[in-house]
Amino acid sequence: MSGAGGITTLADHKRRRIDELTARTSEGGGVSLIRDAGRRLLRNPTAIVGAAIILLFLIIAIFAPLVAPHDPVQRFPELTRDLTVDSVPGASAGHPLGSDPLGRDFASRMIYGARQTLFVGVLATLIGLLFGVLLGAIAGAAGGWVDVLIMRVTDVMLALPSLLLAITLVALARESTQWTVIIAVAVVNVPIFARLLRGSMLAQRESDHVLAARALGVRRRDIVLRHMLPNSLTAVIVQATLTFAVAILDAAALSFLGLGDPDINRAEWGLMLGVDGVRYLEVRPELAYFPALAIILVALGFTLLGESMREALDPKNRR
Amino acid sequence: MPLLDVRELSVVFQRKGTKPFTAVDRVSFAVEPGETVGLVGESGCGKSVTSLAIMGLLPRRGNKVTGEVRFEDTDLLKLRPQDLRDRRGRDIGMIFQDPLSSLNPVIPLGLQVAEVLERHQGKTRQAALREARGLLDAVGIPDPARRLKEFPHQLSGGMRQRALIAIALACKPRLLIADEPTTALDVTVQAQILALLKELVDQSGTALVMITHDLGVVAGLCDTVNVLYAGRVVERAGRHALFGDPRHPYTHGLLQSVPRLDADRGGRLHQIRGSVNDNIPWSEGCAFAPRCDRVVDDCIGETVPLEPTSRGGALRCTNPVPQEVPA
Repeated sequence: MSGAGGITTLADHKRRRIDELTARTSEGGGVSLIRDAGRRLLRNPTAIVGAAIILLFLIIAIFAPLVAPHDPVQRFPELTRDLTVDSVPGASAGHPLGSDPLGRDFASRMIYGARQTLFVGVLATLIGLLFGVLLGAIAGAAGGWVDVLIMRVTDVMLALPSLLLAITLVALARESTQWTVIIAVAVVNVPIFARLLRGSMLAQRESDHVLAARALGVRRRDIVLRHMLPNSLTAVIVQATLTFAVAILDAAALSFLGLGDPDINRAEWGLMLGVDGVRYLEVRPELAYFPALAIILVALGFTLLGESMREALDPKNRR
Repeated sequence: MPLLDVRELSVVFQRKGTKPFTAVDRVSFAVEPGETVGLVGESGCGKSVTSLAIMGLLPRRGNKVTGEVRFEDTDLLKLRPQDLRDRRGRDIGMIFQDPLSSLNPVIPLGLQVAEVLERHQGKTRQAALREARGLLDAVGIPDPARRLKEFPHQLSGGMRQRALIAIALACKPRLLIADEPTTALDVTVQAQILALLKELVDQSGTALVMITHDLGVVAGLCDTVNVLYAGRVVERAGRHALFGDPRHPYTHGLLQSVPRLDADRGGRLHQIRGSVNDNIPWSEGCAFAPRCDRVVDDCIGETVPLEPTSRGGALRCTNPVPQEVPA
């Protein structure tokens, strides 16, 4: 390559870069933290893979009635001729994955299971997030004995393994429904959110811009809501994404252990894995494989997205 | 009558199990309306703590503030927190050292300017944003309409400090406290910001308390200068008197230490020997004595009082630098 040629391309490259930068700055308006992070997320393959997995399951869950070949509770008598261990029917025409031991179409149950699993996971996370943020914000903003009280309660909750705590909570309920599972999983996650938010709130309380806001006479309420809280939320948002995965796993574990909703008509991956999957593992391992794989995939999707969100929202990566 | 009259202000930090530390020791100074007063001293001499104490911004626990901070007849130290909150930002503005960390990173600039107007003047968001635009324009931020929508990290350091000045002056306070407003900036930008501050306070008649360790800043801006050492005022004088004829050995040493372009090239830079760690407690004499070139026996043993000087200032020294004989 000749020297002159090299210089030209370099100059061209520089000019292009400058044009690019001018175009970006002249877009006008501010580039918010969220938009900036979003742009970085879109460039991260890990995030794309995670988001794609979640999106896929989300679409399946939302359009379950359209995607599923059959009603998940409809029994096909020709498939349930003999309910002995070694005669669970395999794939046949119209039933790509065969049926479960009760003669229900397995593929349809898997599809409806996505609905149930995501519903429980997302709701449990959101409820946990809501109360965690509330408690953490109160502790971080109030300080003093309020802070001590809330933190000691979270300490006690965190001292127990999360699944054990969830089992205890479910056991405390008089009867088990899907709501007891949701609430148990939510409660288990409250202390994690609360601690995380409190920590960032404390850091914010000492920050220069909060001091500057106080020097302007801004009211306490506004300082907490406008200056401390929004700056503390990034860690919690990341944690929430990761918690979706944990919540789904916890809910599945509860169902697996037989502590979930006892309704046999409800298609739920954890329950499918725990009851039929285990019982027929030797003759029809796919009854275990498919629900297990689905749980792992969804959890993986949320974990990938969560990790890349952590990276994207990290202020050190900002430009 | 002075606008701000600080009398015998002391701040003592104390934590359980540690020896109390007196960060500010009976500091008194006054600021007349429209006047610019400098508080000068090295790191740890109590400059910033003084300003935070005046504003009532010290942490609630772990310190004890005594004395009086009279602002137009009210003692700010005796005000209820909510009343003080009403005055901060409205009657007294403040500018901090680091313009980036003093702005909220997740809120557009416009809202941060508007916030103080909404808070103290009861303006609607719309009206406040309209006024914010004018304020940014007034502090020399180009294209203010666009900047209103931008976030702090998108602005340059100088622009951020201009924005902070706009926020601090938004409600036309009668007093502005600037705590090292130019330390985090480039030298060229420093000059611009100082010129802007000077112009704005002159225009609006705002009194200014300038806290700095930069003697150049003081020389360009302040009418009266208070030199602080180890939490006490050691010398007070008008700008010309202080620079032309420093009496306290500490002030003298500081001025000698400023590098000069016209100095002998081979010569070493002057320095004040020792460090703040060598200080002795004020109760046992002059805290500066261990580092002082002019130390005499009287300097150690008993407290040196702050005495008024013939030129209208004050001096805390037993063996001051002799007055220059007018040529």
